Amino acid sequence: MSLRDILSRPVSQWMKGQGPDRDVALGSRIRLARNLRGLPFPAVADEHQAAEVVRQVREAVSQSPELRGMLFVPMESLSPLERQLLLERHLISPDHAREGGRKAVVLREDEAVSVMVNEEDHLRIQALMPGLQLAAAWELADKVDDALEQYLPYAFSEQRGYLTACPTNVGTGLRASLMLHLPALVSTGQINRIIQAVGRFGLVVRGLYGEGTQALGNIFQFSNQVTLGHTESDIIQHLINVTRQVIDQEREARQMLLRRDKMALEDRVARAYGTLAHARVVSSQEALQMLSDVRLGIDLGILDGLKPEILQELLVAIRPAHLQMRTGRELSPAERDVLRAALIRERIAVRS
Amino acid sequence: MLCEQCKQAPATVHITQVVNDVRREMHLCEQCAAQVTGDLGLSWPTFSFNKLLGGLLAPDSVTGLAGAPATGGRCPNCGLSFADYRRMGLLGCSQCYETFDRQLEPVLRRLHGNTVHTGKVPLRQAGRLRIERELERLRQELQEAIGKEEYERAAVLRDRIRMLEKQQQSARSGG
Repeated sequence: MSLRDILSRPVSQWMKGQGPDRDVALGSRIRLARNLRGLPFPAVADEHQAAEVVRQVREAVSQSPELRGMLFVPMESLSPLERQLLLERHLISPDHAREGGRKAVVLREDEAVSVMVNEEDHLRIQALMPGLQLAAAWELADKVDDALEQYLPYAFSEQRGYLTACPTNVGTGLRASLMLHLPALVSTGQINRIIQAVGRFGLVVRGLYGEGTQALGNIFQFSNQVTLGHTESDIIQHLINVTRQVIDQEREARQMLLRRDKMALEDRVARAYGTLAHARVVSSQEALQMLSDVRLGIDLGILDGLKPEILQELLVAIRPAHLQMRTGRELSPAERDVLRAALIRERIAVRS
Repeated sequence: MLCEQCKQAPATVHITQVVNDVRREMHLCEQCAAQVTGDLGLSWPTFSFNKLLGGLLAPDSVTGLAGAPATGGRCPNCGLSFADYRRMGLLGCSQCYETFDRQLEPVLRRLHGNTVHTGKVPLRQAGRLRIERELERLRQELQEAIGKEEYERAAVLRDRIRMLEKQQQSARSGG
């Protein structure tokens, strides 16, 4: 399977699986930062040194039996549109999508695993799973890490662990993230209190597309901050313990909304559905808000006949590069809003 | 501490700005901070964490002491100085961790509350260390099992410990 085949699929394969707690937990992500001993980190490496890292990783991927079938893609071989598609699918970071430098990405066919080469660190191994499956995502990332390590001289110190460009990542190099859909905590005004509270437990909360992005569509990413001095399983378990409470509170808030004013909630969901089912021009921000309401309606049984995955699918499909791919030409923002509306209408009209 | 701008709300945002080695600290409430960062051409969502961290790494804000001055020393492998690191918030190579070990120690303590790694160990590089850690963990579990009078589990753990100890010995005699 080629990169074109992967990118022309409307939805990432991994998203299709059904994860536990999926009424609130949209997805789990594990990221491991790794570097090669001696070679300068990407921010200060010259062209030649960066190319050497890419060469070594390419070699490792081609030799490792465990990594057979993974796709090695040099970033410079991609068009700006293709880079944007990878970004919108969460397979690379905004920094990695930017032009310039010797960079690469290694992808598994189902897009559950990606390895960024020469991002902030030489290697950023990432595993994605639907629902709350951090332990399974960790196992996956751990295996890929072991396979790469067989061929690459990792920078590791017994005292400091895996050495990373930024000391915020040193030690385990592990960032575990859970993507949560929290519409009821937002509309009952509890979200800020919760974000502050989890901060005290060493978690960071970010928007949908990682560091420096806003929480669009009531979707929040909860991650660990500390990476040194705890084992990987302790870090993951701690994240699960804390977010478990957030998930429970979101469920409670949903029930409270239902109890307090069921009609208002049904109206909100039905209006969102009505808008998406009939609107002719939809901005991406409006789409995210309405899709969040629709998803809430599906989860609470207010709307039936729609699959809950529609939120995650459309979250990706309505982004600019994905819309552009469908038409095969560049689109103005106004054209995108029209196309976005049409796409959502088509996808959401499964109800007869 | 009150916000130094409006002197009304509590200062919850602490900004240390380092421009050309000149340091400036601001203690602001959230509202004033939004304004100030806006004025600096930054908005909160795009605020660079690395730069912010670089600012935090000015020695006295890390330890509360004057701390070690940025030495003129450079990493022999990549040529980075500690001042470069403070500016970028990023180290230059894996050897920087040795070169700047003394300066980094308080940074790590502040960031992580810890300075010593206890997690995964690369298979190939440190097989022995990995076995040691695993043994440590199993021995602890064994004690717990015995404490709880879970003798079946204890027996399983004991067998695994014996097996690993054998591996450890053969690794030692082999290398």
